[in-house]
Amino acid sequence: MKALAELYLQEIKTGVASMLQYRATLVIWLIGNVLEPLIYLVVWTTVARSTGGSVGGYGVLDFAAYYIVLMLVNQATFTWVMYEFDYRIREGTFSADLLHPVHPIHADIATNLSSKVVNLPFVVAAAAGLAAVFHPAFRFTPLAVAAFVPALVLAFLVRFLVDWTVALAAFWTTRVTAINQIHYMAVLFFSGQIAPLTVLPRPLQVVANVLPFRWTVGFPVELLLGRLTRAQILTGFAAQAAWLLAGALLVRVAWRVSVRRYSAVGA
Amino acid sequence: MDTAPTIRLRDLRKTYRVTEREPGLRAALASLVHRRKSEVRAVDGITFDLAPGEIVGFLGPNGAGKTTTLKMLSGLLHPTSGELSVLGYVPWKRDRAFLRRITLVMGQRNQLIWDIPAADSFELNRAIYRIPPADYRRTLDELVALLELEPLLRKPVRNLSLGERMKCEIAAALLHSPAVVFLDEPTIGLDVTMQRRIRTFIAEYRRRHGATVLLTSHYMADVEALCKRVIVIHHGQLLFDGELAALVQKFTADKTIVVQLKDCAADMGAYGEVLSCQDGRTTLRVPKADTARVTGRILAELPVVDLTVEDPPIEEVIERVFAQGAA
Repeated sequence: MKALAELYLQEIKTGVASMLQYRATLVIWLIGNVLEPLIYLVVWTTVARSTGGSVGGYGVLDFAAYYIVLMLVNQATFTWVMYEFDYRIREGTFSADLLHPVHPIHADIATNLSSKVVNLPFVVAAAAGLAAVFHPAFRFTPLAVAAFVPALVLAFLVRFLVDWTVALAAFWTTRVTAINQIHYMAVLFFSGQIAPLTVLPRPLQVVANVLPFRWTVGFPVELLLGRLTRAQILTGFAAQAAWLLAGALLVRVAWRVSVRRYSAVGA
Repeated sequence: MDTAPTIRLRDLRKTYRVTEREPGLRAALASLVHRRKSEVRAVDGITFDLAPGEIVGFLGPNGAGKTTTLKMLSGLLHPTSGELSVLGYVPWKRDRAFLRRITLVMGQRNQLIWDIPAADSFELNRAIYRIPPADYRRTLDELVALLELEPLLRKPVRNLSLGERMKCEIAAALLHSPAVVFLDEPTIGLDVTMQRRIRTFIAEYRRRHGATVLLTSHYMADVEALCKRVIVIHHGQLLFDGELAALVQKFTADKTIVVQLKDCAADMGAYGEVLSCQDGRTTLRVPKADTARVTGRILAELPVVDLTVEDPPIEEVIERVFAQGAA
């Protein structure tokens, strides 16, 4: 355990050091991460205004609150591991990771965490800026804030495990970009990014409940904003726990099968 | 003394299945429906042992199966058939205890993190391999001294020259003091001085740590300097396994005689095959068995200033070995 903590510490240190080498890339990423929710925010507040001030229980200021918190949550749970894996397999750098006496997922989690460390101050500043412009309707309760922290940690873990499993597709096909695109669209729709899920038609909501994506973004956002009943909160945590278990199992099996294929087909 | 081999291969094979298709649009469309698969036998029944502490040159032309073999030995590839054990482990199971005791250095791949100083990559390897702090300090100091890394440690890896980077790569790969070292073209692309330095280092590392080393290189100077024993493979099959001197003996039917005369007038063609003739200096190739007789004749019949008898250069021998294997 101590050795693993040490590994994470070193991985995060080197991750931060590497990332700070590319300030321009960092800024471009951040602009993208702020712009996307900003676009939805503008679209939905416009829709809300034109339909008499409210859509699906969200008023203009509620949308502002929703998308500002969503930006923070998305930032905290986001991964790019699919693109990374594609590169590793194509360039053959993956062999070096396989030679290490430690599961490569640790390095990926740590590197991801280091990007959060680097980006956090900027994202918080961006959120504060957006809040100043859009006057969101925040109604945080102590209970919601307290429950939000574990929900966010679980959301990160679930999203990471799911993304990592999807990323393993790179072992099987050289056309990973198409799979990543489908995955990205699914996340966009069913996580609550394109619209709060309660705004979507009922059938889509049912699908969203079954898939993991809602529990990795929409759930913590709605939780913090105090939009969920106690029962909904408990359901959310149960779903996160179930997906955490399923994700861990998925990673284990998919990893074993993928490595077997990798070592059969040739590195 | 422990006499069990450190590395043991028995009839090791690796077959790849590859998709083939003819060029052209019609074939492209056909391949959508039906893919023709063919098998490539990259490693085709190799058997050898390496004793503890042995250093062996692993030779063969491009595509002979060297890298495939090294990847099987280090656990990256699963053999199609045959037996394989390294330090008593089955490599492809990638047991953590096994991975902590081996290393694979590929001259054409880098493992260091590109954007940060090598020292940071070293620290990361310390955590990955769980090297105790005292051991780490000692090994690092040793590697820094042997490879003269001090001025390089704090520069981002991308700012290092190829040779400097290779030295850092090798250091990173050896921080955990592996007992078995696989080196795949460690000196590729380096200048002669840097090649020599790395060579000296490998010999010194092996001497100090008693490591077992399997080395591939296209530079015969590496092999001559480091390895008494060589293993030659071609088309995935073992062509030769024995002392380098015996390889030269076995595959050279000729000797080279270099004669320096007062002038170039004499017709040297009568003594053997003239390879070159310049400023009275003639290089002849003669069958090994005739060497003594021809040398005697030249000395008796011509105004010789100087005469030397040589084995052909090792590169030429290897070229001949590969050519023979291809036939």
